[in-house]
Amino acid sequence: MQEFLQQVLSGIASGGIYASLALALVLIYNAMGLVNFAQGEMAMFATFLAFTLIDHGLNYWVALPLTLLLAFAAGVLIQRVVIRPVERAPILTLVIVTLGLATLFNGLAGFLFGYVPRSFPSPFSVLTVNLAGAFVSYRDLGVMGVSAVVLVLIYLLLQRTTLGLALRAAAHHPDASRLLGVRVSWMLALGWGLASAAGAVSGIMVAPILLLDPNMMQTVIIYAFAAAVLGGIESPLGAVVGGVIVGVTVNLAGAYVPGVGGDLQLAVAFAIIVAVLVLKPNGLFGHAAVRRV
Amino acid sequence: MLKRIFQAPPRYWLILVVVVFFAGLPTVVTSFQSAEWAEVMIFAVVIMGLNILVGYSGQISLGHGAFMALGAYTTAILIHRYQLNYLATIPIAGLVTGLVGFLLGFPALRLSALYLALATFALAVVTPSLIKRPEQLTGGVQGILLLPPDPPQFAKDMFAAVTGTPMTSDQWIYYVSFACALVLFWLAWNLIRHRPGRALRAIRDGEVAAAASGINIAGYKTLAFGISAFYAGVAGSLYGLVIGYVSPDTFPASLSFQLLAGAVIGGLASISGPLLGGIFTFWLPIVSSQFVAGQDWIPAQISSVFKNAGPAVSYGALLILIMIFAPNGVSGLILSTYTRLRRRLRGAGEPGSGQIPPDHQTVESPAT
Repeated sequence: MQEFLQQVLSGIASGGIYASLALALVLIYNAMGLVNFAQGEMAMFATFLAFTLIDHGLNYWVALPLTLLLAFAAGVLIQRVVIRPVERAPILTLVIVTLGLATLFNGLAGFLFGYVPRSFPSPFSVLTVNLAGAFVSYRDLGVMGVSAVVLVLIYLLLQRTTLGLALRAAAHHPDASRLLGVRVSWMLALGWGLASAAGAVSGIMVAPILLLDPNMMQTVIIYAFAAAVLGGIESPLGAVVGGVIVGVTVNLAGAYVPGVGGDLQLAVAFAIIVAVLVLKPNGLFGHAAVRRV
Repeated sequence: MLKRIFQAPPRYWLILVVVVFFAGLPTVVTSFQSAEWAEVMIFAVVIMGLNILVGYSGQISLGHGAFMALGAYTTAILIHRYQLNYLATIPIAGLVTGLVGFLLGFPALRLSALYLALATFALAVVTPSLIKRPEQLTGGVQGILLLPPDPPQFAKDMFAAVTGTPMTSDQWIYYVSFACALVLFWLAWNLIRHRPGRALRAIRDGEVAAAASGINIAGYKTLAFGISAFYAGVAGSLYGLVIGYVSPDTFPASLSFQLLAGAVIGGLASISGPLLGGIFTFWLPIVSSQFVAGQDWIPAQISSVFKNAGPAVSYGALLILIMIFAPNGVSGLILSTYTRLRRRLRGAGEPGSGQIPPDHQTVESPAT
């Protein structure tokens, strides 16, 4: 029982990481109906930026917001330079462009930082604390805390500010928003910036656990896909719930389902993606898509 | 008769030149280079399959590396465990993969293009770890070694008669791949020009309208998946034979992305696109790393890193640039340049000139 509880708690911690990345996916999906296949690699690159800053002697708590700012700016820049010219192109073109971005960032990170895995500092110790009979590391608690803060901040921004309202309006009714004076194209860029920053959080949180290298996010992005799809890809709340469910499920499957073990956890995420898409394509919180023909 | 031959449209002459070029290639290049070009042929085949799926039926697959892996492992297991003749395993690998692709086409029916891309992306990432599992069958991490096949006597005799040197197994495999590519390109060409091709394009351009016209949407879409997987299975089988072994790391997720990239860069919904895509997919990583390694002014430290990262950087950048500036790929670019040139030469008003066939436009036409 105690072990079970521990597995669940550490699942929730990884779930928070997946949720941040899934939220990034949701933000871009909402802005332009696109799954950003480069989200993981962008997060990885931002994590390398954070690593460089910390390596140059910056305090972790200074480097973190600075990295998020940089990631935000980079996201806006990417939307302006790379995405905007193909904004109205068919979905295949957009998918290919994001794949190109993913490849580009992966290669750039390898070029600039090399392929040797590096240990990434964490401000939280790996010591454990007894929580209702289960032992949880401070690191896991810290991850949960930081993820929660980010998610709440993004929620407040989207739901409680005028800017958030404009963002949502631009995503849902671009033409009407434009008539009302919302600068829709810039709202899309802002969405990319926010997504980039949210993704960066997941990268920085996961790096101490996985070790930092250019391919670090390749598995995390699959869990984030599973989380986003499970939650209904257009729902920010769904991304969070989906992230936690995926984190816990994958952890429990790895620990208790015979034959899964550590190496097939990814296959569990894949199974979740396929099962949700086939059985309930709108996920837990999504709305059924109604299309006019 | 002669008159008809001489009046054949220029593209038939072009096809003839290309076929003769590739048929004669091993007689002038080294055995090792033949193996490299065999890989180009193989990539061309799998990209042709991808082209049928993505270019003509409008479904996106980011997981064709997984189909290639299935084909390659089918061949390897049949040879290794059941001592089957390697030539016999090629069609079997194609059929097995095709069947699996056909079955996967059914859940794919329910997915929009974007979700399908997402699911197949996950498949591509999961594949290596799935292969490692049934260790007795697949050899786990080590994979399975395949012995280079010995060329048959008639091929040896013919090759020796032309070049005066004995045929190596690499050269033989090149010819096997070339023959497969030839047959599969011809099949694809026929498929596309006739009823199934028209049906697929109709589905791609407007599913509801296609259904209203009496096209069996589910049937054709799963068929496209099956055919596409068949091509990938054959290509995977040949790939295993060329490389001489199959292992989980032979089929990383990046292979799948490179294949789709190759299909797009070559040009979707065209017959020449996959060949260009195959050339591109194989040579770009090699050329870009060799180019950097050959530059003396670049410090060895940087060029050694670039050897690993360089292909990815150039690949990614090129992909984005092509999507922005030439969304119809290289073949589309060549075609539109050719048409523009011809219009310039003949004068614009002449009927029948300056028209790009609708095929080469529709995929990437801007949404309104």
